[in-house]
This record gives sequence, structure tokens and C-alpha cells, in this order.
Amino acid sequence: MFAYIIRRVLYAIPILIGVNLLTFALFFVVNSPEDMARMHLGEKRVTEQAIEKWKQNRGYDKPLLYNVQAEGVQVLTDTIFFTKSVRLFVLDFGSADDGRNIGQDILQRMWPSLAIAIPVFIVGLLVNITFALLLAFFRATYIDIWGVIGCVILMSISTLFYIIGGQYLIGKTLQLVPISGYDFGLNSFKFLVLPVLVGIIGGIGAGTRWYRTIFLEEINRDYVRTARAKGLSELRVLFRHVLKNAMIPILTGAVVVIPLLFMGSLLTESFFAIPGLGAYTIEAIQAQDFAIVRAMVFLGSVMYIVGLVLTDISYTLVDPRIRLN
Amino acid sequence: MRAMIQLHRQFWFWPLLLIAGLWLALLALPPLAGVKAVYLDTDKLIFLLVSGVLLLAGYIRSREHLRGPWQHIFRQRRAMIALVVLLFFIVCGLLDSVHFRKPLPSQGVTQQRYSVKVLSLLDILLDDMRRNVEKTYSAPLATHLFAKETVTLENGDVERRYVRLKYGGRDLTDPASQKWPNIRDLATRGVVVGAIIWLVLSAGLTAIFARRQRQPVAVMAKRVYRGDTDIPWRSIYLSLLLMLILLAVLLTLSTEYHVLGTDKVGQDVLYQSIKSIRTGLVIGTLTTLVMLPFAIVLGVMAGYFRSWVDDVIQYLYTTLSSIPGVLLIAAAILSIQVYIANHPALFETALDRADLRLLALCVILGITSWTTLCRLLRGETLKLREMEYIQAATALGVGQFTILGRHVLPNVMHIVLIIVVLDFSSLVLAEAVLSYIGVGVDPSTLSWGNMINGARLELARDPVVWWSLVAAFCLMFSLVLAANLFADAVRDAFDPRLREQG
Repeated sequence: MFAYIIRRVLYAIPILIGVNLLTFALFFVVNSPEDMARMHLGEKRVTEQAIEKWKQNRGYDKPLLYNVQAEGVQVLTDTIFFTKSVRLFVLDFGSADDGRNIGQDILQRMWPSLAIAIPVFIVGLLVNITFALLLAFFRATYIDIWGVIGCVILMSISTLFYIIGGQYLIGKTLQLVPISGYDFGLNSFKFLVLPVLVGIIGGIGAGTRWYRTIFLEEINRDYVRTARAKGLSELRVLFRHVLKNAMIPILTGAVVVIPLLFMGSLLTESFFAIPGLGAYTIEAIQAQDFAIVRAMVFLGSVMYIVGLVLTDISYTLVDPRIRLN
Repeated sequence: MRAMIQLHRQFWFWPLLLIAGLWLALLALPPLAGVKAVYLDTDKLIFLLVSGVLLLAGYIRSREHLRGPWQHIFRQRRAMIALVVLLFFIVCGLLDSVHFRKPLPSQGVTQQRYSVKVLSLLDILLDDMRRNVEKTYSAPLATHLFAKETVTLENGDVERRYVRLKYGGRDLTDPASQKWPNIRDLATRGVVVGAIIWLVLSAGLTAIFARRQRQPVAVMAKRVYRGDTDIPWRSIYLSLLLMLILLAVLLTLSTEYHVLGTDKVGQDVLYQSIKSIRTGLVIGTLTTLVMLPFAIVLGVMAGYFRSWVDDVIQYLYTTLSSIPGVLLIAAAILSIQVYIANHPALFETALDRADLRLLALCVILGITSWTTLCRLLRGETLKLREMEYIQAATALGVGQFTILGRHVLPNVMHIVLIIVVLDFSSLVLAEAVLSYIGVGVDPSTLSWGNMINGARLELARDPVVWWSLVAAFCLMFSLVLAANLFADAVRDAFDPRLREQG
């Protein structure tokens, strides 16, 4: 198992290199730092000095890949590629346009993101599985048919409307909780209720339908028929047999997203003014702060790969037949 | 001579005739009408797509085994009602994809000049809505502006009051008492017009089907009325009636009112939300058009050739899918923005620029979304290549690419179709989210995302300006819901594994 994990991590390296090259190409080759400077400073009437200063401030005044003027190892290290892209591998994200350290910011802002994402994930999973089991129990009846139609209807509503609707109904009309904002410590609770609720409700449609298909796939297997033939009640069949065996497909979908949780939700955080990583990313996109976007892209793919490894490991936990070697 | 007579029996005959007619109309009609045609990149791709779909439909009709699943779909009531709704959206989108510039009044001997404003056929149909621009916010069906304004009276006094709209209910002398009767009259007229169009349409359709099935029209009509047909015509006609009446009522009302109010700069909200249909459809369809070739070729090749080809392709899609989609899109759109900002000379009109961005968005969305399809196709091809009929073909010495084209590809097409239809609705939803974040379509393009974004802050006003949000919500919801319901039917019909359970 340990050897397997090591191998997976080694396998991740070329992928991360690929991600790195891709972002490097997107940010520095497609558009030169000069172009970026021009856009930031306001296109046409920009002096050369202003551009040079802009580039120097951000460390973009170096050659892209190969520095002819430098000596020794510096030929390769004193370049944009090395300072901006390779340094990402040691999680050195550099500094943002306003001079703040991106790594520091990320460490600080991940907590509000987690405070929303974890409850949404856990409660959402439980709610979805419960509804899905309910639909599977009543399969091929009107409850099931209308349940599925209900899911499709819920799925057809944009996340934006869940958030706006929630804010309007609960925050403004009923005035139960503040519309947006954030506070640290226990005070944060009243700010977190609404985003978490909206997150859960927004996920019910797709989630329930997805788990229902998984359950229905299991329900038609031979072992279920055997269990029923033994005279087990339908409830017992569902919980003892179907649910346990459906854990593998459920885990495939669920575990992958766990590491990504800390990246936060772009929309929720920005609408509710929660100072998490999602809002951080959106602010960076809107301010066209390329350094932060680059850092988040890299971080996101690292998390995705961690998620894949975790998924594999979790398989061995729920299914003794699977051995990793 | 016999070959000539047989020509119309070929599957491509009627579709090609239709396509040729369509293109001829697009090329020849604008000069005849005296306007200058504008062919945006997305327009060209849309009509290419339409042509492709027509040809494909002709091909499917001619093959018994391909027709089967579609007949299964056409017999489902829910799917057909969804299709009727989708058709209305598609027609709107197509009308909005024919662009031209109107001639300016000629000044003497110089050559004919054209207006810089690019219009579409839909704009002509909705001319009233497009032109009747008020000063600022007004509520749905209102006759006065939404907020009080300071007005200087004739005697020099200053007063704050609700100002009458320029266009909303402009013919009324006493809005308070005349407005609702007037609206009722207009709505009644709309219902009647809608019903008449429906009568003509449904009578025509029934007559055609009666002839085809060699039955008297009365018998056919009775069967439809009783719901005694394979294809649920009764439900189709009913939904058609509802849609037509809704459309007619909206159109008649909008000649004198702003049915869904006006926005901050006084533009008609209904007009905006109808114009947004095209953006949604373009993103939902062109994205898949862009990604399909890559996904199919790479997916099938990875599964069939295995070894290093498989490794390379797997590496490619794992890398791409490991980047969070929104961030990759944001990164790419930011780069495009820089490019557009630094090359202003490339674009003739603002619409060209917006169109490039829309196309770029489609390409990028395609790049982020092809990985799922590619993975599925690889898996299916892995399974297929071990099948006996493919081994037999290999043993007989059939070339590898012939096997891929003739034996593998047709057998994975159902997956392609299912994914394309399923992806459509999520792409439409994605557009709104991306536009909100600021990496979606150009801010000048009318889209539901931009509408929501513009209207969002107005919720904080008191009283609330709700109509923009509600309009965007209603149209987006009905498009996505219809697409989802139709997609479900397609999946049920084409995915044999799921059908067994049904």
C-alpha cells in the first residue's frame, strides 16, 4: 500500500508538470508580460518606463526561458519560467499585485472556505443518500416518478438563483440571518447558516438522482434477489445489502472532491461576502491578478490528484476484495 | 435516366435540397432586400451545425436500426412536450443568427453606405420592443416610471412625482382607469391570434399525417383527439397551443407596454431575455461541436491502439481534467481579453469583438469538457475491441482505420449523443455562472448571466426591482428544464443498460 501511494505520487509529477507548462503558456507565451502591462496600465497611452516599472515590480522583467546575460545556473534560474512557474512546486506562490504574500493569504483564507464546504459536503451527502434510498424504496411508483421529475426541476435552476432566492427569502424578507458577511469564532455561525443551507438545497437535485441510479443498479443484482428470497424485509435489504455495496460508486464521486473542498465555492463565497479562497479567486479574476489565478490553478490540480489517490485508498477500506499493489 | 429518377430516394436528397435552399436564401436574400449581410463566425458555425443535423436526420430516417431508438423517444409524452418548447427556443435562436446592416439614406452620388448597427431577423420581429427605450426602471406593464423624479412644472415649481413612460401605455389618456381594460383587450386579441395560428398549423399537420397514413382527415383528427396515436399528438398540439397563445399574448401586449418592465437604462427586459436565447443556445451547441472531433478521435484511438498512444492521450486528459474547470476557463478568457485589448484593429464592429469572445468561450468550454466524453469513449472502445466481430475483421485483414470507422465508431455513437444532449443544459447554466464571475461572454452581449449580474444589486433596493431576475430565471429555467427532460428520454432510449431497468 505504501509503495502504491509512492508510485501514485510519482505518477502525479508529470501531470503537475503538464499543468505548470499549460499555465505558463497561457499566461506568458500567448500574451507577453508586455501585453499584460499594457492592459493593466490602460492600453494605448502608456510610456515605456511605466511598462518597465510594472514588469520590474512583479518580477516579469526577466527572459522567459533562458537568460543569456546571467552566469552559471542562473542562466536557467533567473528567468520567468523558473521564478514564476517552477517555484510553484515547492508551494512558493510569490506575491500578488498588491504585494501581499499569496501563500500567507491562502493559509488565512482557507478556514472560512472549509467552514462552509465541510458542512455542505457532509450534510448534503447524507440528505442526498437518504432521498435516493427513499426513491429506490418506492421505485417504479408515482412517488419515484415524481421524485425524479422533482430532481430534474431542481437541477434546472441555476445556482445563482438558489443563492439569490435564499438571500432574498431568508435574509431580506424573513430577516432570520444577516444577508452576507463573516465573523470569526462562534459568531460566524449566524453568517454560515444561510450559505450552508443554500449549498445543500442546490445540490439535492443532481445528487439524489445520481445516487438513485447507483442504488437501482445494485438493486437488480443477484445477491439482492437472494437476500429477498431469504425473506429479508425490503428495508433490511436496502440498508444492509444495497447501501453497503453501493459504497464503491458513492465513494468514487465523493472522495475526489474532499481535497477540493478547501478551494471553496466561488459563487457562494462571493455572494455572501465570505473571505474564503473562492472569493479570493474571484477577486483575483476580476482584478486580473494573474499571480493569484496561477497559484490557484496549480493548487487546484494538486488537490485533484490528492483526491484521486484518496479515492483509491478509500476503496480498500470499503471493499476488502480490492488490494492496491 | 433511371438513376435520375431514383435520386430522390437517396437519404441525402431531401436534406441536401433543404440545405442548399437555406444557404441560397442566406446568400441571395439580403442583397435582394437591400441590406448588407453580416456573417458572424458563430452564425456560420450555427448554420453549419443545422446543415449537419439535417443530413444526419436524413441518414437516420433511412436506416431501420437507427430509427428505432428515436421512435422510442417520439412516443414519450414528456419528451415530445419538451421538444415543442425547445423548438420555440431554437427558432428564436436561428432567427437571431441572421445578421445584416440596414442601408443608410443615401446622400447623392456616393456609394450606398450601411448603418454600423448590426441587426438580426429577430430584431425586426421585435422592433417595437427594441426601440421603445424608456428613461430608466419601470415595472412590468407599468405606465409610469418606477421611482419618483423631480420635475419642474410650467409655473416654475419643483415637484417629485412619477413620470409617465414614453411608450408604456402611451395611447391612454387616463392610465389609472383605462390600463387594465386595455391590457385585457390586447391579451384577448393575442389569445385569438394565437389560437388561429394554432388552428391553421394543427389542421395542416393533421391533414399531412392523414394523407401519409391514407386515412380521411376526420378519422385522423378524431384519433388525435382521443389520444389514439403512436406519437402523442394530442399532447404535442396542446403544448403547441399553449406556447403559441403565450407568444401571441406577449407580442400583442408588447406593442403598447413593457410586459416585463424595463431595466436601468430603460431597455425592455422581455427583449433582452429573448435576445439572450441565442447566446445560451450557441454556448450549449457550439461548445460540443468544437469538442466532438477531439473527444471522438482521441478517445477511440486511445481505446483501440492501446500502448503509447493510450498513455499519451490518458496523460493529456488527466492533465486537463485535473485543473479546476472554472479556473482554466478564467485563465484562458483573461488571456483572450489581453489579446483583444491589444489588437483593436482586428475587429470591425463591437459585435465582431463580442462574437470572438463568445466563440473563444465555446472553444475553452469545449476544451474543459471533452475529457469526460473522451474517457467514456476510451472505455467503450476497450470493450469493443475484444468483441468477436472486430477480431473477425482483424483476422480477415481489414485495415485498422477501416475497422475504426466502420465497426468501432458507429457502435460508440450512442454515447456521443447521450453526452452531447446531457451537456447542453449544464453548458447553458455554466454560461450564467461564468458571466457572473466576469469570465463569460462579453459584457455587451445580451445573455442571461449578464442580466442576472446587472439585476443582482437591485434586489437591495426597496421596493425591489425583481423583473429582470424573474425574466432571466423563467427563460433559462424553461430552456434548461426542457433540455433536461429531452436528454433523459434520449438517454433512456440509447443506453440499453438503463432501459433494461426501466
